[in-house]
Amino acid sequence: MMNKALYARRKLWNGFFLVLSVLAATFGLIWLGFILGALFYNGVAAFSSRLFLEMTPPPGENGGLANAILGSVMMSALAVLAGTPLGLFAGTYLAEYGRYTRLAFFVRFVNDILLSAPSIITGLFTYEILVVKMGHFSAWAGAASLMVIVVPVVVRTTENMLLLVPNGLREAAAALGAPLSSVIQSVTWRAARAGIVTGVLLAIARISGETAPLLFTALNNQFWSSDPNAPMASLPVVIFQFAMSPYEDWHRLAWAGALLITATVLTISIIARILQPKRSH
Amino acid sequence: MADIALVEQMSRVPERTLAVRKGGARDTRFRLLTLVAALIVLAIFAGVMASLVIGAMPAIKQFGWSFVTSEAWNPVTEKFGALASIYGTLVTSMLAMLVAVPVGIGIAIFLTEICPRPLRRPIGIAIELLAGIPSIIYGIWGLFIFAPWFQEHVQTRMVDAFADIPYLRDVFAGPPYGIGIFTAALILSIMVLPFISAVTRDVFETVPSVLKEAAHGLGCTTWEVMWRVVLPFARSGVVGGAMLALGRALGETMAVTFVIGNAHHIQGSIFAPGTTISATIANEFTEAVGDLYLSSLVEMGLILFFITFIVLASAQLMLRALEARAGSAT
Repeated sequence: MMNKALYARRKLWNGFFLVLSVLAATFGLIWLGFILGALFYNGVAAFSSRLFLEMTPPPGENGGLANAILGSVMMSALAVLAGTPLGLFAGTYLAEYGRYTRLAFFVRFVNDILLSAPSIITGLFTYEILVVKMGHFSAWAGAASLMVIVVPVVVRTTENMLLLVPNGLREAAAALGAPLSSVIQSVTWRAARAGIVTGVLLAIARISGETAPLLFTALNNQFWSSDPNAPMASLPVVIFQFAMSPYEDWHRLAWAGALLITATVLTISIIARILQPKRSH
Repeated sequence: MADIALVEQMSRVPERTLAVRKGGARDTRFRLLTLVAALIVLAIFAGVMASLVIGAMPAIKQFGWSFVTSEAWNPVTEKFGALASIYGTLVTSMLAMLVAVPVGIGIAIFLTEICPRPLRRPIGIAIELLAGIPSIIYGIWGLFIFAPWFQEHVQTRMVDAFADIPYLRDVFAGPPYGIGIFTAALILSIMVLPFISAVTRDVFETVPSVLKEAAHGLGCTTWEVMWRVVLPFARSGVVGGAMLALGRALGETMAVTFVIGNAHHIQGSIFAPGTTISATIANEFTEAVGDLYLSSLVEMGLILFFITFIVLASAQLMLRALEARAGSAT
């Protein structure tokens, strides 16, 4: 008789916690739906071709986000162009040359800290070393600040992907008499190419929404500017400025910009996920 | 004929040594290149620390320890103390973890045990999308959609419900503004959820099936297997994932800046507006006039960097230890 009560209680607890875990998953999915739904609803209403053709307006006038889109694309491109080789080489050092050295251990540790460090800190860092020295805000500083975010992402994925390349490939190439640098460049890099591209895509996705590092490096610019030596607008900073303002039409533009960024970021991350090679256990 | 072939081969020997030497030189160059890149990563880190310390020097000299114990924040009289911001940072992150850790573990359990197999990947990806949404999107959504809804439907009810209970009455005191510390914490918890559930799910999958099967064989229910076998086995990984998420929550800027309300004083109620280190920097840096003001903001950045460094470093040590164990097990 006692056993029956015990069984019943255990079954009850089991059911209770399993239901809770289903609720937990629902909780996560509901927020995702809530956020994407609101974004879509408000963003689409404000979407028009004007967005891509006209500059950010003063309050009360019509306008678009063309200068902000240009700024975001330019600064992200500069950051990725500068950050990718650096990250690729550093990741190669960690996986190929220095794999078990103390230096590599240290670099790996520091890199993982940088990977999750608050992005506003990279803004402060760039402000101190570039904006103060140059005496003015500029797109160079904005791009440098984004680069500090790109590098650790590329380093981490490059190292992970190179480690997935079987040693047999390296040994085979070395046995043919290829110097180590050729082994790396023409065999291991090539074998890990899809994964490394994934890393770069993830880095792009990560920086296209970053606001905090741009606030006091690239600042903002109301006009069309492609001069990297001058302050430059960017989508996230414009969204921040417009959303925090009391003007209705600025709010609408902010929503349109938000939809634009999210669509870009999610598309890139989905492409990255498709490219990503399956990890073997 | 054979002699000619031999002669030909001999004549190639210097060519080959030349090629080998050339390859060697290229090797050294490439090796140096990668080494320099790795050192640059270290230099960036050192540069971040050095620039923050140098930038914060004037404020450190002026205020000393009182900077972290004082709540004063007055740009006019140039009296600065970071206590309110530090308090806001810690409280929002802690509250966020209080929600996100159990829910994140719940999601991991759902994904590994309950979810039908064909749905596992899509649902897993959907949850991870939450981490892919830029933080400014959480900010604008929080400000325009979530905060008004929360104010109308949840906050007022909570204030009423706790009105007669001592202590809790003060923690959940009105007026319900919609924005405030609690709202910021809730949004943070949604943002860090995927970090916890992804790491937890990955560690759950490293638990040898034999262990689970043995427990099931003894007659354990699914929950008992999870609670007594899987969770203890995966403990350090779960804690590591939670620390990683905590590191994110502590430094999160935009989502918090939109909804925290920017008030530089500490209030007992978690519905009250407050501020965090990152929100203060984001809001005030470009408008800060005077070296002492700027330097105080930089010193706050230094404090934030220090806190997140400790959290992230311990997260790493835990996850590394786990990786080493997983490596030796296979």
